[in-house]
Amino acid sequence: MSSVIVAGVGMHPWGKWGRNFVEYGVDAARKALDDAGIAWTDVQFVSGADTVRNGYPGYVAGATFAQALGWTGAKVASSYAACASGATAIDVARARILAGMCDVALVVGADTTPKGFLAPTGGDRPDDPDWLRFRLLGATNTTYFGLYARRRMDLYGATELDFARVKVKNSEAGQHNPNARYAKAFTIEEVLSSPMVSEPLRLLNICATSDGGAAVVLVSDVYAKAHDIPTTVKVAAVSTVTPTYPNTVIEMPNFATDSSAVAGLPGRPFRDDIAHAAYEEAGLGPEDLSLAEVYDLSSALELDWYENIGLCAPGEAEKLLNDGDTSLGGRIPVNPSGGLGAFGEAVPAQAIAQVCEVAWQLRGQSGARQVEGARVGLTANQGLFGHGSSVILTK
Amino acid sequence: MTASRPAIEGWFVDGDEPALVGKRCDECGTYVFPPRAWTCPNPTCRSADLADVTLSRTGTVWSYTTNHYEPPAPYISPDPFEPYTIVAVALENEGMVVLGQLEGDPADLRVGDQVELTAGVLFIDDDGPATIWRWRRLVGQEVEQRPKADLTGGKA
Repeated sequence: MSSVIVAGVGMHPWGKWGRNFVEYGVDAARKALDDAGIAWTDVQFVSGADTVRNGYPGYVAGATFAQALGWTGAKVASSYAACASGATAIDVARARILAGMCDVALVVGADTTPKGFLAPTGGDRPDDPDWLRFRLLGATNTTYFGLYARRRMDLYGATELDFARVKVKNSEAGQHNPNARYAKAFTIEEVLSSPMVSEPLRLLNICATSDGGAAVVLVSDVYAKAHDIPTTVKVAAVSTVTPTYPNTVIEMPNFATDSSAVAGLPGRPFRDDIAHAAYEEAGLGPEDLSLAEVYDLSSALELDWYENIGLCAPGEAEKLLNDGDTSLGGRIPVNPSGGLGAFGEAVPAQAIAQVCEVAWQLRGQSGARQVEGARVGLTANQGLFGHGSSVILTK
Repeated sequence: MTASRPAIEGWFVDGDEPALVGKRCDECGTYVFPPRAWTCPNPTCRSADLADVTLSRTGTVWSYTTNHYEPPAPYISPDPFEPYTIVAVALENEGMVVLGQLEGDPADLRVGDQVELTAGVLFIDDDGPATIWRWRRLVGQEVEQRPKADLTGGKA
């Protein structure tokens, strides 16, 4: 089978800029195209990752970015998969290339976010679980993060100090990232003295909502060779799996899990399935990774991901963290970009941003946050309503 | 005083012994909550016949968290806002975890504790009080043997 090459990557810096999301998307797209040395007019397929917070243009993001860059007749698709939207958009573009339906695809996601908690779509909508969880329970997004964090404490003896150390680790890496929102190395004391939000998680344990944009240019290996485009970074796998019944971990925005009374307990929890599918496709395992970018919506959730992507057994994530294994210079650095802790979340751009970071790492272009000799990187993320997202890039 | 009504129709029954109302598949026996009108969620079952069923009134704490910030609408917060605890409970018999607010003090709560279902007022509006199901810790459990995880990282 032919392979898909990451020819170019680009990002508009994360922040709270308050401008139109299209501006961030166009900036990221142009940077990715320049990085690839490919003209916009040569792009055959545009794959947009949607935002649901910016009106109609956000629902048709692929066409919105195409129009902003100037219509060329390129084919287009727009994907929404909540936090996993970027990976879905990458998957769609990659599939078209693998099917031989195009050679050059541009994937773009960007968002402008409101201040504070992400809230459900407005109006009176008593048949929408996302609306009802706020109405009936006050189950904010951070509620679910708090539940996962508390379970680690009571089950595995995790402490608030462990959670703070994740934030400190990621901020130490993120301060060297020009695209990150927070160029600051936080201290343990600052994290532990920040206001309590969803106990045991404090404000500095929880990722903010940010504006930002990210883009990747994917090409077929045939096209790359014909146009002298370096084939350094290859897409080895894209996992966009859904849960397998019964999903027995309570997840946003649900009121309850599936029932295992008849079907029995699943072989693997959903979050394990996400990376497992990517490893299967790539023919690789956790032992092959040079680095991972995982979705630290909360600093405690990063510890869950260590186990979900197979870096260690359940209950051992705190040891991995405290031994320094997942820090820059450690055995398997996690979130060398600074992660969501340093970025905040720009929903449709975030999974693409994870891929940008891995590409820079594999090319050796990450400067002070470079993972030495990086050859294989994995991204992992999950979008609400059952969207898995994991991408493996290889050198 | 206006009579109270459930904040959502058909998800729980109030009264002396409040209970969640789910559905159970007539064919394969799978449970689902919240109750839904369409097909059985078990992918190997094609049945569309789901019957109302009251779910176990007791369960085990899967996890819990206390929210210290006022949530956005459509949540209706008391004025002034008060922190509230949400608990995820593994039901006794149905093999599922269900969320609910906690009635009572979360200070001594731990993963694994036994809780039972109760109901209380969620908010009061022009139509009077609206009730919701809640979880309440079953009394008489030993708490001395369960030290709260501390801040100092004193883990072996």
